[in-house]
Amino acid sequence: MKKIFEYTKGMLPVSTHYCPGCTHGIAHRLVMEVLEERGLLGESIGVAPIGCSILSHNYMNVDMCESAHGRAPAVASGIRRAMPDKIVFTYQGDGDLASIGAGEIVHAAHRGEKFTTIFVNNAIYGMTGGQMAPTTLIGQKSTTGIEGRKKEISGMPLRVAEMLATIDGAVFVERVALNTPANIRKAKKAIDKAFAVQEKRLGFSFVEVLSTCPTNWGLNPVESLKWLGKNMIPYYPLGNLRSPEEVE
Amino acid sequence: MKEKKLMKGNEAFAEAAIRGGCSLYFGYPITPQNEIPEYMSRELHKVGGTFAQAESELAAINMAYGGALTGKHVFISSSSPGIALMQEGMSFLASAEVPLVIMNVSRGGPGVGGIQPGQGDYRQVTKGGGNGDYHVPVFAPASIQESVDIIYEAVPIADEYRNPVMVLVDGMLGQMMEPVVLPPIRRQITSEEIAQKKPWALTGHKGERTHNVVKSLRLKPDELEKHNIHLEDKYKKMKRELIRYQTDRLQGATVVFVAFGTMSRIINEAVDHLEKAGIKAGIIRPISLWPFPDQAFDEIDPCTKVIISAELSLGQMMEDIKSAVAGRFPVELIYRVGGMVPTPMEVADKTKKILEVIA
Ligand SMILES: Cc1ncc(C[n+]2csc(CCOP(=O)(O)OP(=O)(O)O)c2C)c(N)n1
Repeated sequence: MKKIFEYTKGMLPVSTHYCPGCTHGIAHRLVMEVLEERGLLGESIGVAPIGCSILSHNYMNVDMCESAHGRAPAVASGIRRAMPDKIVFTYQGDGDLASIGAGEIVHAAHRGEKFTTIFVNNAIYGMTGGQMAPTTLIGQKSTTGIEGRKKEISGMPLRVAEMLATIDGAVFVERVALNTPANIRKAKKAIDKAFAVQEKRLGFSFVEVLSTCPTNWGLNPVESLKWLGKNMIPYYPLGNLRSPEEVE
Repeated sequence: MKEKKLMKGNEAFAEAAIRGGCSLYFGYPITPQNEIPEYMSRELHKVGGTFAQAESELAAINMAYGGALTGKHVFISSSSPGIALMQEGMSFLASAEVPLVIMNVSRGGPGVGGIQPGQGDYRQVTKGGGNGDYHVPVFAPASIQESVDIIYEAVPIADEYRNPVMVLVDGMLGQMMEPVVLPPIRRQITSEEIAQKKPWALTGHKGERTHNVVKSLRLKPDELEKHNIHLEDKYKKMKRELIRYQTDRLQGATVVFVAFGTMSRIINEAVDHLEKAGIKAGIIRPISLWPFPDQAFDEIDPCTKVIISAELSLGQMMEDIKSAVAGRFPVELIYRVGGMVPTPMEVADKTKKILEVIA
């Protein structure tokens, strides 16, 4: 019988701790498939954040470290300086990257650090149980905003991809979503390009991945995918914001 | 061949780190240690190393963590308020067992304080500052030569214990010039040596081994307890192996000073002044502040009337002295703070007053 699908060697054969319907698993697999297809699994060093994906190193078959909350881009900058020949990436949630680590991501982009960041935006703090993130949508309920986010109190949700796209050193910036098979295919393409940018050492590359958090959104997995499409994509438009000619 | 040179403290510290085999430096500007990043930005690339100016001390120590977890030797520096920001990182590195050499050219505090010399960092560097049960060995040299030698030695010490190591001086040592014999250039660690001596390092598995993970999180209490005890075993080993101190003129001394760094130099002169006035004084100079040299206090002559902690801080070291003395002698304090430094005469006068009260 002909094999038509194979599990990527990039993912270790263990089950994950993620909740049912959480899209972290899909995002992990896309990154690992890209690294496998590019023959980079043995050449890569990943940085896990503080957040649900701190344990991504249990699943991703590449050398990895944990980092303190928000500091992954600084850690990756250090690895990059020490290992100019390797592929380096951070994988971060929206509390980690857009809140406590906002300084580190901006300055990694600003220095044009030659690594890739996969930014999983699920519009909430997952690991700590559903508190408001900088990316939580207006009206979206959280445990620190039970009536829904209000602009007057918390400001408008932060569009990180747009913000980073204003920085010269961030040469590849794209926002993708994991809510439909078609969008997942596009997400993989964007992640692939981001690593192509890194392989060519063109600058900092960044993919924002709109994701679900059924547990803390209080929705079932299918409703969550629909909610993402209906609420997140209009505020966080998908598409490429910056891409160098070399990878087109 | 060893070369003797007249060098400014901060530049000599940086050169010692380069000669010690460090190939990576990350830092953020802060007085009185700016000559260190400046020197590194000029010199490190000449030996195939990399300098990067971080956006903050928080980022600097995390960059250092990233560099060091690849097995390479990393050196960072800062001064008191910057060291405070690095404490999160020190706790993390100690937990993840990643070696690093940290230079603290300290100044007066609290808060942003001032930029003149101070020893008010004693508590923050010896008692942690970061969270959890961890320690960072701290060495406090008293001359540029001793600083250079200790920085050079700190590189293999950090590796041996897989833990950060701090070298603490004050702004005085950073800013002054002294003749110094620089150590020979130690070859930078090669990838073969990293593979052999640091099998935990993240270098890319190349499909030849299972993936390496450098981590701190341990969600299972029994696992975390086991890790804590493993770390504690290392700290106990450090207490056996890393204690450094000097004693002088303890025999027959009426008063024994305890002082480190710049303050110990002033005390040396104060002791001479007191001797001329017919008062016998000795000195204990802790070089390792953590682990603290408790055993030095067993060498004190029973005829001694008082022990004086001489500090550029308000009795921070006195806590450790009292614990080491364990009630055997009275312990008093002579201090200046805020960037003020006492003259030897001032110390001698204050000592006479303390003796009058005691006698
Ligand atoms: C310094 C510090 N502050 C706070 C925390 C607690 N904390 C752990 S995970 C987390 C939020 C993670 O949320 P996010 O980055 O959105 O990732 P997710 O879990 O949703 O994937 C917080 C605040 C911490 N570990 N360290």
